[in-house]
Amino acid sequence: MQDLSLHLLDLVQNSIAAGATQIVINVEEDEEKDWLSIAIEDNGRGMDNETIKRATDPFYTTRTTRKVGLGLPLFKATTERCGGHLNLQSTVGKGTRIEAEFQLGHIDRPPFGRIDETMVTLILCNAEIDFVYSHKTKYGQFLLDTREIRKIIGELPINNVEVITWIQSYIREGLNEINGGVL
Amino acid sequence: MKTLKELEEIRQRTLESVNLRKDRTGTRVVVGMGTCGISAGARPVLLAFVEEIRKRNLQHVTVTQTGCVGVCRYEPLVEVYTPDNEKVTYVNMTPEKVKRVVTEHLVNGQIVRDFTIGVVEKKD
Repeated sequence: MQDLSLHLLDLVQNSIAAGATQIVINVEEDEEKDWLSIAIEDNGRGMDNETIKRATDPFYTTRTTRKVGLGLPLFKATTERCGGHLNLQSTVGKGTRIEAEFQLGHIDRPPFGRIDETMVTLILCNAEIDFVYSHKTKYGQFLLDTREIRKIIGELPINNVEVITWIQSYIREGLNEINGGVL
Repeated sequence: MKTLKELEEIRQRTLESVNLRKDRTGTRVVVGMGTCGISAGARPVLLAFVEEIRKRNLQHVTVTQTGCVGVCRYEPLVEVYTPDNEKVTYVNMTPEKVKRVVTEHLVNGQIVRDFTIGVVEKKD
């Protein structure tokens, strides 16, 4: 994976496959402590303890089309080479929370990449799922909540091209603002 | 700066023109979004479809995703389902190739044979 936005797109696929109807992504950058945390929380079917243990094993997957599952193992490797770690919490029937921490300024820390493209792709292809994306930096917080958008657009589908185009610009501008112009 | 008021305007403007169809008679474009697809460049391919469809206002076409189809070596992979229930699988896709698939297949109904899995597999 070239950047963190691609990891996010990939990891959220697990939540979608787990039947989640609500997916919350929390990103926090702390420059003072030189720390970056990314958390993904869903209300999908969750995993038992045995599955949690095997989830970061590249040779474990629930899929039947192939024998490897690389999403979580790749993300875990990325966190670890940036002096961080990955933590999985899950309750069967309730949902799963993935928490990753990185050293923000680590030389190997991948750039964020196009978060706007990731979110737009997710919303477009999963119109029935509610997404919340929150991103905090020292300049402020950006928040996207598809439930708020749905309230405004009413019966217009959220994956309507005009709406999607608006959402993408909204994310780009919002992230620009809290990054002092640097993505 | 994008405001929520603009969203309200989009709603009013779009609801009049848009066909709120819930049936599945249109053409579906399905992009593989497994780890393999994403790392091979599925996201720009999917967004290129959205952009081309928006430009041409192809209201009968929907874009969606699926997981890994099982032929990871041919990612990014795109399946096109037309209303006659025919499925065409395009492999090794790029945003450039998307433009051709949209004009030739989605608009004119001509399959782009060179990009299909059948033709690419024979070459390999």
